[in-house]
Amino acid sequence: MITSLAFYVFSAVLLGSAAMVVTSRNPVHSVLFLILAFFNAAALFLLAGAEFLAMILVIVYVGAVTVLFLFVVMMLDVDFVALREGFQKYASAGLIVGIVLFAELFFVGVGWQIAPNAPVLRLSAIPGQMQNTRAIGQVLYTNYILLFQLSGLILLVAMIGAIVLTHRDRHTSKHQNITRQQQRRVADTLEVISVRSGAGVAELGIYRPQANRTGVHAASGQDAHVLAGEAHAHDGAPAPEPVQGEH
Amino acid sequence: MPQGALAIGLGHYLFVSAALLVLGVFGIFLNRKNVIVILMSIELILLAVNLNLVAFSSALNDLAGQILAMFVLTVAAAEAAIGLAIVVVYFRNRGSIQVEDVNLMKG
Repeated sequence: MITSLAFYVFSAVLLGSAAMVVTSRNPVHSVLFLILAFFNAAALFLLAGAEFLAMILVIVYVGAVTVLFLFVVMMLDVDFVALREGFQKYASAGLIVGIVLFAELFFVGVGWQIAPNAPVLRLSAIPGQMQNTRAIGQVLYTNYILLFQLSGLILLVAMIGAIVLTHRDRHTSKHQNITRQQQRRVADTLEVISVRSGAGVAELGIYRPQANRTGVHAASGQDAHVLAGEAHAHDGAPAPEPVQGEH
Repeated sequence: MPQGALAIGLGHYLFVSAALLVLGVFGIFLNRKNVIVILMSIELILLAVNLNLVAFSSALNDLAGQILAMFVLTVAAAEAAIGLAIVVVYFRNRGSIQVEDVNLMKG
């Protein structure tokens, strides 16, 4: 009694939220209704005795897939109102196709019957007095181990594909360029010039290192300061040949 | 009809599953322009398939249906990730996710 009541409630909420997913005006609401639909489907799984799958559904779908949907919906700056034009036009066609499909499924549902030798042809019977998770583990890691590994491979390929598709180098982060770092000499970045006493920046202008003036795309000003500081810090190192700038 | 561990009749599960599948197909027709809602409709269809598999697994007292439902779940998660990645890349390149604009390859 209580079981059938729970079944009807969960089914009604599942179908209602599924209808809201496809007809909702705002895609964020669609995603939230999708989460509700998955929760109710998990409850239906529980009623059918598939506890492990119910938990997997909650963890994988509610915890990962719908959150991914939510991220994408919120990240893309899409004019969702423009995407909804033609809604009425497609609704009639979709309704006709839906009714026809449902009628076909209904007739199939009325006419079918389970083959009499189905219990004999059973692949792996559900063992009594054993938890669902344990039973699934025993069957999965014994009879379906290769398929299990293959599904892991599918997930790996999907992960690599998603990363390769969406990753882009923004050129805002600083990377270490080892070749450039090894090729740098003191003369490229450090110059010793004699400045007349009392002359300021206004008279001399902003002074650039030799490498930047000759057009070589080299160190930025900050790098030059750092290297100059290092040269000062290493006392006893051979003094660099001072390069006199033309100014 | 063997009922197995199923407390509710198998026909009830099949009805809910069929209605869910029809809603998913209806959603694909209804949101012809919005790729994201189409992906969500595909998720609904796969959920209907999973519901069918679990209901039959429980009614026939066979664990293989639940194993298959788990594989369907795996592939559906991979499909959602790849599909959303393609949507993001497409939006970055074209500034739109309208299905009708997807004609770069003139297929």
